[in-house]
Formats: sequence, C-alpha cells, structure tokens
Amino acid sequence: MSFSVADVRKDFPIFERTIRDGKRLVYLDSGATAQKPWVVINAESEFYSKHNAAVHRGAHQLAEEATDAYEGARAIVAEFLGAQDNEIIFTKSATESINAVAYAMGNAEPGNRFALTASDSIVVTEMEHHANLIPWQQLAKRTGAQLKWFNVMQDSRLDLSNIDQVITANTKVVAVTHQSNVLGTINPLEAIVKRAHEVGAVVVLDACQSVPHMSVNVAELDVDFLAFSGHKAVGPTGVGVLWGKAALLDELPPFLTGGSMIENVTMTTATWAPVPQKFEAGVPNMAQAVGLGAACKYLSQLGMDAIRDHEIALTGYALKKMSSIEGIRIVGPLENVARGATVSFTLADIHPHDIGQYVDSQGVAVRTGHHCAWPLARAMNVPATTRASFYLYNDESDVDALVEALLGAQKYFGRF
Amino acid sequence: MELDSLYQEVILDHYKHPQHKGLSPVYTAQVSHVNTSCGDEITLNLNVENNVITSITWDGQGCSISQASVSMLSDLVTDKTLEQADEIVKSFSELMASKGTAVGDPEILEDAVVFAGVSKFPGRVKCALLGWMAFKDAAIQSQGESK
Repeated sequence: MSFSVADVRKDFPIFERTIRDGKRLVYLDSGATAQKPWVVINAESEFYSKHNAAVHRGAHQLAEEATDAYEGARAIVAEFLGAQDNEIIFTKSATESINAVAYAMGNAEPGNRFALTASDSIVVTEMEHHANLIPWQQLAKRTGAQLKWFNVMQDSRLDLSNIDQVITANTKVVAVTHQSNVLGTINPLEAIVKRAHEVGAVVVLDACQSVPHMSVNVAELDVDFLAFSGHKAVGPTGVGVLWGKAALLDELPPFLTGGSMIENVTMTTATWAPVPQKFEAGVPNMAQAVGLGAACKYLSQLGMDAIRDHEIALTGYALKKMSSIEGIRIVGPLENVARGATVSFTLADIHPHDIGQYVDSQGVAVRTGHHCAWPLARAMNVPATTRASFYLYNDESDVDALVEALLGAQKYFGRF
Repeated sequence: MELDSLYQEVILDHYKHPQHKGLSPVYTAQVSHVNTSCGDEITLNLNVENNVITSITWDGQGCSISQASVSMLSDLVTDKTLEQADEIVKSFSELMASKGTAVGDPEILEDAVVFAGVSKFPGRVKCALLGWMAFKDAAIQSQGESK
C-alpha cells in the first residue's frame, strides 16, 4: 500500500500558504513538530464547539459526551500502539511522560521494585534528547544512584560492545531513545531489552521520533514504558502519551497528586484510583487528547508501514543528493539502514544558523543548533548542525529545494 | 533581497577577519556566555585601568552574526571609559529591540549601525547581543575591581 504525497498535502491546510514573499513552503522541521491535517484541527475544534465539559465528572449530557470522546481517544491510541486501554496515560508532553516515570520512581518507598538507592544504577545513552537524559541524571543525583551510559561511535551507532558491563545486576532502569532526533539512528532495542530484562531492569523508551514514522507495537518491542508526544505525530500540542505495562503502572507510585486520581481521601491520608486515572491528576487536556485520537486514526488510515516505506525511499534520495554537495558532512548514518528520515549535517565552515537563515529565505524550513542533545553534539565533535527532518507530506521536490538552497548558501557566504 | 539587510558586507568581513580574537592573559574580569538555544559561546576578557577599557579580548564559536557582533563591539569600546561604553551598549540594545524601525546612531555606534537589519529578524537578535551581554557583565565586575 502506498499513498500520494500530493493528496496528503491537500489534507494539511498550511501548505496552502506561501512563505518569504510568495515562495512554496518546504517544511523540513517535522522532527521538531509536525504540521496538522484538517481532521485533527476539526476534531479539536468540534470538541470545544459541541462536547466541551470536564471529563469523568458532572451529571450531565455534555460530561458524558466529553468522557466518551476522551476515552475513545485513549482506545484509539491503545490500538495504535498495540496496548491495552488502561495502559495509556495522557500527559501534556513526552517530556512530562518521562519526568512522570522518573519522579514516580523517586517517590517509591523501600521494598517497592522501583525504589532506588546509592547501590543502584540508571543507564542512558549519549544520544539522548535532553528530555530523556536530564530527568534520569537528576533522579540519580537525588537518590545517589549511579548514572551510566552507552557511548555513540563515530559511525553514529551506539557502542554496545560493553553492554554487560554497562547494564549490570545493579541496574534498575535503562532509558533509551528509539530513534535519535539528531542522527536519525534507529537503535537495536532487542539486545538492550534482552540484557535489561536479564538483570530485572525496566526499559523506558523515548519514542518521540519513531511513533509518528513507523509501526510501533509495544508488545513486540517488549519495552516497559514508552513516551511520545502528540504534536510530532500530526496531533495537537499539549498532549503526550505515557504507556506502561499494566502491572508496572500498578506498582509505580503516582507523581502528580490531586483531583480525579484518588480512590479515598481523609485529611491525613489518600489512596489511589486504578491506572490510568492514578497518573492523570486534574482536568486533562481533553480537546488535545481527542485531537491526538484523530491524528492516530489519520496515520493508521494511510498505514504506518506505507509511511515508513515512503520515508525510507525519501531518505535514500536525500542521502544521495546531499552527499554530492562539496564540503557537506552528514552527521548520522550514511547508509540507509536502521535510520529514520532525519538528516543532520554541517556544510564546510558556514555556521548552521547562517545556513538556516539562508535556506529560510528560499522557503526551506530547517532546524539548527544542538537540537536539545548537547552531549551528543560534543561526542560528534560539532558545535551545532543543521537538521532536515522529512515526513509523510515531503517528497523528492523538497529534497531538491533543500539541495538547491544549500548550494545557494555556499555561493552567498562564499562571496567574502 | 531582505537577507542582504541582515548579512551586510561589514558584518561578514568581521566574521571572516575577527578583531581582538584570542584571549589576553591580562584582565580584570573574565566572563563566559552561552546562547542556550543554539549553543553559541563567547568567553571575554576585559581589562579596565582607571575606569578606562585598556583591552578587550575574546574567544568563541558561533554564527556570523554573534561573532561579527562581538568583534565590532571590541573595536568600539577599546579606550573608552566604562560610562562611555555603557552608553554604547544601551544604544545598541535599543537598536536591537527596535524590530527594524530604528537605524541606529552612527555618532555612538559607528560601524555597528549595520546591525540595524538584524533587528528585523527576531530569531537573530540574541545572536547579535551575545557578546554585548557578556561585555556588560564583565564591565559590572570590572567596576568593582578597578575602584
């Protein structure tokens, strides 16, 4: 099954506008946030205009409809990930999802499987986005646990040669990204999950860059927790997902406490509602969750395998075309294997911010900087990179526009 | 092209041939500033004697705007008193906040008026100000030192 990019683009109203004095919008920043199709914009709008009420409370029709819409979205997301409904927790972002797990672990009392002490270790990788590094770094600091990590090799892959020394009997949690937001590298989860489970550690997967782009099935991956953000998956901002295995979510203490996450409350005590409510304190981002449901439905209808196939083909084309530019250094896997449609690069001695500015003048939107992965930039020995990230609405003409703009930047800054 | 108002020749010239780059071991204050959104870094050594800036040296990495801006600043404030330098920094900060509506006072800013075009690009104002904020910081520290 495949789809027509031209048809897909018609679903996204933003492509009707032009940029920088009438230029066609070449949007290559989906790694930061994806554009939104009408079905998502309409779903969110319709929730507000027809069904708005606080979910799980209120003895009226609107409250029933709002709850149905919200819980319906949960069921859609669960199916999208191959999970059970009660394993899906709506958060405000993937960052909040990961922090929720890290802070909840910090709240675990002695005897709880998640309780951390100075004799435990937490394992991350050098290619993590700050959102999947700092929560663990700080949890280690608060508990005295040791923070360990897998290094990134110059070929942009994780060095797992010392996996048995990094993940040991003392390891309680292994937090790893599915796909690097800078390099595009897709990590070999099987080996990491196998070793983590051997020693009784849980695996927390940052799936922000994978869930929007490929079929991700939590049962098949056998990870223990997974986080992704709605807005990178053509959904609204303000909604993220935390998935966890039901038995683990039962044992994990809550992070945010307050309304709607309780079972019984006295002035001095409280007991918790069952999952997922235990992790959804307060009135949630309802319209956004409903919008995310519409987004997952939209992606499923196109087919996640079709999206992945499209991106593999486009990445192959981009790597080939971009490699032909003199002075370019692609910071990420050069071969189109186990990598996503994110291509970071440097271009001779032109600073990424200047490249970004020039290509923007040609209608091409890219991201520049360290992409919230500062330790990775240091490991790859680049102060910053320019990043083009492709998605379902991009095609070869967008790659061509990027390449032409990069050649233009070389000419523009080569004047002096 | 709009872009030319950002990348003026003088700016690119300072970028390619930065002035006062390379840290002097003699200084009354040393500061390091980072643009957290892009990772640009500037370390600046400022030497003040009897309230006069006798040397300003710097090192760093970053885009043409941030590097040219600190280069031009160094030219501009050398041999000035701290009060004169403060007036220059104020004038430059106002220009950067002008969103393209001001042209800058050439009496005070001299060549640095070429940065007027930067104020039209909100994403780049922080680049232009990086070195200036580092200098402001160093000047405050040196005030205490040299008195």
